Amino acid sequence: MRMRRLVLSVNGTDHEVSVLPSDTLLDVLHDELGMADVRYGCGEGVCGTCTVLLDGEPVNGCLTLAVQATGRQVTTLRGLMGPGDAMHPLQECFLRHGASQCGFCTPGMILTALDLVQRGSRPSREDIRFALVGSLCRCTGYTKILDAIEEYADMVASEASRQASP
Amino acid sequence: MVAPAFEYVAADSYDEAVRLLAEGGDDAKVLAGGQSLMPLLNLRLARPELLIDINRVDDRQPSVADGALRLPALTRHRALIEHDLVRRHCPLLANAVRHVGNVRVRNRGTVGGSLAHADPTSEIGSCALATGAHVVVRGPHAERTVPASELFVSYWSTSLAASEIITDLLIPVGRPRQGWSFHEMVRRTSDFAVVAVAALVELDERSDRIIDTRVALAGVADRVRLVGQDLLDELAGGTGDGAAIGAAAGRIAESVDPPADVHASGDYRRRLVRVLSERALGQAYARASGAAA
Repeated sequence: MRMRRLVLSVNGTDHEVSVLPSDTLLDVLHDELGMADVRYGCGEGVCGTCTVLLDGEPVNGCLTLAVQATGRQVTTLRGLMGPGDAMHPLQECFLRHGASQCGFCTPGMILTALDLVQRGSRPSREDIRFALVGSLCRCTGYTKILDAIEEYADMVASEASRQASP
Repeated sequence: MVAPAFEYVAADSYDEAVRLLAEGGDDAKVLAGGQSLMPLLNLRLARPELLIDINRVDDRQPSVADGALRLPALTRHRALIEHDLVRRHCPLLANAVRHVGNVRVRNRGTVGGSLAHADPTSEIGSCALATGAHVVVRGPHAERTVPASELFVSYWSTSLAASEIITDLLIPVGRPRQGWSFHEMVRRTSDFAVVAVAALVELDERSDRIIDTRVALAGVADRVRLVGQDLLDELAGGTGDGAAIGAAAGRIAESVDPPADVHASGDYRRRLVRVLSERALGQAYARASGAAA
């Protein structure tokens, strides 16, 4: 098989990489670009540890080919952080609630939750559970993760209402 | 696991994809959303030499014309759940798709890909049967329309020719006095259905009497199955009383001989068919009569 040169835009930076047509986006982000926040879990799209945002939408890095990501914006967890690796407010919520233990699932949890909260009105706890069905955590029992996301959703909702009323 | 190496080409049109597929023969596979095909590759259960990516061939959106809801094959599962036209004209499908995979799978998975994959536990396939839908298929020489009831052949196989590609799903729009229901049993939320039941019940315009009932099943055979109309005929003229619906559910359960596997025995599946059919018929009737939302 022939290697292909292509440009991947990841967290706002263009990376030129050589890939096989059969390389997944996960392969290239993790193995070629050394991004430790995108992780191989199941390879079947079930567990959520390879979650990245493709043009803002959560997708399975293990089920997307790298060649399919050309011309699109890829965002990993690190792409949410500010200058000097300042934490995203949702990460702060996870810390405050003890919603991350071993941390392997955390990037996928945060990217998925962020997409949900950004989509519209304050999601209910049931909405959050539904969105996180495909993100498996073997440590926390999920309760603290739901608490952390609810706190962030409340922050976003109150910020929105503050801006709406002068 | 890592997929075996393959070549990849992104087609610009369905016609180009069909031509590439005809040239590639058995060694070529169409890549749509990839949420079924890519796991098969990663698990090395499939070893195509060429993937033909159709994601860029079509950007049409769902539309309604001539009494049919037209879903372009690349419509993503998320759009099936959220799109106003789908919610209005086929609430059965919009709600059933909530049971498909997880949010990532629904962001990429497509309606055409799901139909072509022909999983015997398919939510979308069973809804296509229950609604009497058709698929539009593009081949090397012509386009043709295939009833969903003639599409599914066996485990992961369809009646499509090797170089044909599904381009659209056409679903008759829902009618005012039609109620729907979808019930599914899974071992874990988001997993493949052990059994799923899709039901539509239509009532007479002026009375609350049943004039039409359609039921499709997933997880009971080598393909999704439409329940024989003879098993549902006795419901016609009735007003959805529990005994009649229970008897119909019993007949449906008796008509299937589900396989046993690691997830469930055949007997348990048949029991699920009875229980879920009873719930689905009752709920579809209640929705049709306005007694349930």
